[in-house]
Amino acid sequence: MSSSTPTKTRTRRSTGTDIALIAGFAALIAISAILPAIKLAGPVPITLQTFAVLLTGAILGARRGFLAVLLYVAAGAVGLPVFSGGASGFGVIVGPTGGYLLGFALAAGLCGFIVERLPRRAFAAPAIFAAGLFSSAVFIHTLGMAGLVLNADLTWSAAFDVDKVFWIGDVIKNIAMAVVAYTVHRAFPDLLPRRRPRRAAPAA
Amino acid sequence: MGRIQLEEVTVHADTADGDLLVLDTTTVDLTERRIALVGPNGSGKSTLARLVNGLVEPSAGRVLVDGLDVVDDGPAVRRRVGFVFTDPSAQLVMPTALEDVALSLRRTHRDKTARRAAAQLVLERFGLGDLGDRSVHALSGGQRQLLALAGVLATDPDVLVADEPTTLLDLRNARLVGDLLLGLEQQLVLVTHDLELAARCERALMVDGGRVVADGPAADVVAHYRATA
Amino acid sequence: MTTLPLGAYRPGRTWLHRLPAGAKLLALLVTAVVVTVVRGPLSAVGFVVLATALVAWSGAPLRRTLRSLRGFALVAVALTAYQAWTRGWAPAVETVGDLLGMILLATVLTTTTAVDDLIDVITWALGPLRRLGVDPARVGLAFSLMIRALPTTLEIALQTRDAARARGLGRSPRALLVPMVVRVVANARATGDALHARGLGDD
Ligand SMILES: Nc1ncnc2c1ncn2[C@@H]1O[C@H](COP(=O)(O)OP(=O)(O)OP(=O)(O)O)[C@@H](O)[C@H]1O
Ligand SMILES: [Mg+2]
Repeated sequence: MSSSTPTKTRTRRSTGTDIALIAGFAALIAISAILPAIKLAGPVPITLQTFAVLLTGAILGARRGFLAVLLYVAAGAVGLPVFSGGASGFGVIVGPTGGYLLGFALAAGLCGFIVERLPRRAFAAPAIFAAGLFSSAVFIHTLGMAGLVLNADLTWSAAFDVDKVFWIGDVIKNIAMAVVAYTVHRAFPDLLPRRRPRRAAPAA
Repeated sequence: MGRIQLEEVTVHADTADGDLLVLDTTTVDLTERRIALVGPNGSGKSTLARLVNGLVEPSAGRVLVDGLDVVDDGPAVRRRVGFVFTDPSAQLVMPTALEDVALSLRRTHRDKTARRAAAQLVLERFGLGDLGDRSVHALSGGQRQLLALAGVLATDPDVLVADEPTTLLDLRNARLVGDLLLGLEQQLVLVTHDLELAARCERALMVDGGRVVADGPAADVVAHYRATA
Repeated sequence: MTTLPLGAYRPGRTWLHRLPAGAKLLALLVTAVVVTVVRGPLSAVGFVVLATALVAWSGAPLRRTLRSLRGFALVAVALTAYQAWTRGWAPAVETVGDLLGMILLATVLTTTTAVDDLIDVITWALGPLRRLGVDPARVGLAFSLMIRALPTTLEIALQTRDAARARGLGRSPRALLVPMVVRVVANARATGDALHARGLGDD
């Protein structure tokens, strides 16, 4: 094995690949929202939408993850039937559950932000799980409830009652998300840029 | 005819268990019209082919196409070199056939109506004239590979690199695409496991273990590969 | 089999087809706002009737339109029941009617507008953001790539589900989800290579 080469170059990271990953994961979120719910654990069928949203952050990192979810929301807003149940249109965003959609983008960004910064040694499924759960608590549930309050004239406590229905599902989805994200990063070790502390981050 | 030069090119890959030598100090000078790359799985053929348009960058050494450095003059090289992949589904990036060809013509045709008209002509040249509005997802494998080829040749590149373009096709379509490629006036670098197709080229390189182990008239190299495999 | 109401463009010569994509998109956005502002079940019913008429005019095949509404049907039933129970019939009709109308209008848009034109409008609308570092051409490309990826991703999802079932692992999240996501990543990378090879990552 040769070991003394100073530059290790392989396939280059290109803008094209970044755009393709953003688009590919936007499509994955769309399909997860449209596909009929599946039974993962227990009798409650859950849709895979939030799973796909946080997974997108955990796999693509903060910037690309945020943009992928934004692309998904924008595509639904301009009329592609990609919101849950095949709904679409600007109306959904200004509708009662619109807060959740905006929360998705920020949560994916935050989840990616944390996962990118996990030290390689702590890069394990439990850490990714914690990142996902934290991000969804910070952005999805808060903005989701705010949307219910603003757009559906609910009181905060009524919104809380609606929102808490999703909690158990959320934990389950985040477990699945962490296992999948961890495995996918093992399959593609160069998906997230390696963090080299001494060198400046590559220009995005 | 174009000229492709690899000067002492080495390629390393960064894998989970360390550094992997994929291509070892390789020097070749390709000026023939049709050049085949043959060799066993994992030998480095795709890596060699991908170097020609910068999909893989050398860890050491240089790659030149008509004197242009693939790394330093990347955009200029890619305008000159077209690339056809094994799986056309990944290569077709737009929703419909016409739009995909039109995408290739973006640089040469600014006006959209003119671009669509030009794309329609290209489709007709490849016998795909009726499929312009079809979703690329709904095309057959053979039609897809023809469309991918149309999209690449639409920009009239000087060099065409094709990485196993017939592997996923049935016999008839493989022959169709193979004949089409070998009949092109452009310089062709063809990675293939189809030794009959390889033998019809002017020159062939046999790659094994990250090195070019045989190089010469295609018939001789193919015979050598058959004997040693 | 599951089909997507996408790639739903039907070339035609109706007035709806000839209307510029930008005008249609703007109309859709304005309607969305108007519909949420105007209250009452009657206007919602009127809206659905109008939207249905437009769908018929656009030449969207009946079978496909109905099929694309199947997913919404479940949501609609649940939503109607919930709203009727908590707030009465009038708000239920209003909410569900407005949603149905918007979906139908979106169908009209996708039936009469080539995706290409739609993307051009989005790209144009993003022009002013250029100064903030947004590259409209890249956004347009991302939209097309996403639309292109939808049928592929659906196929991947269905295939991995079948593969998991065939191995008796139909309920294992790992067997269901990991291969699906791995293939999505691999697919995106191959697409990125193709873009790069076609000189589209350079600009
Ligand atoms: N980016 C990469 N990361 C890790 N390993 C790589 C990478 N690129 C190539 N390799 C390895 O380099 C070797 C050569 O790969 P290459 O794809 O060039 O082979 P090939 O001759 O085209 O094979 P095949 O006939 O199967 O297509 C293989 O062992 C492959 O695993
Ligand atoms: Mg290969």
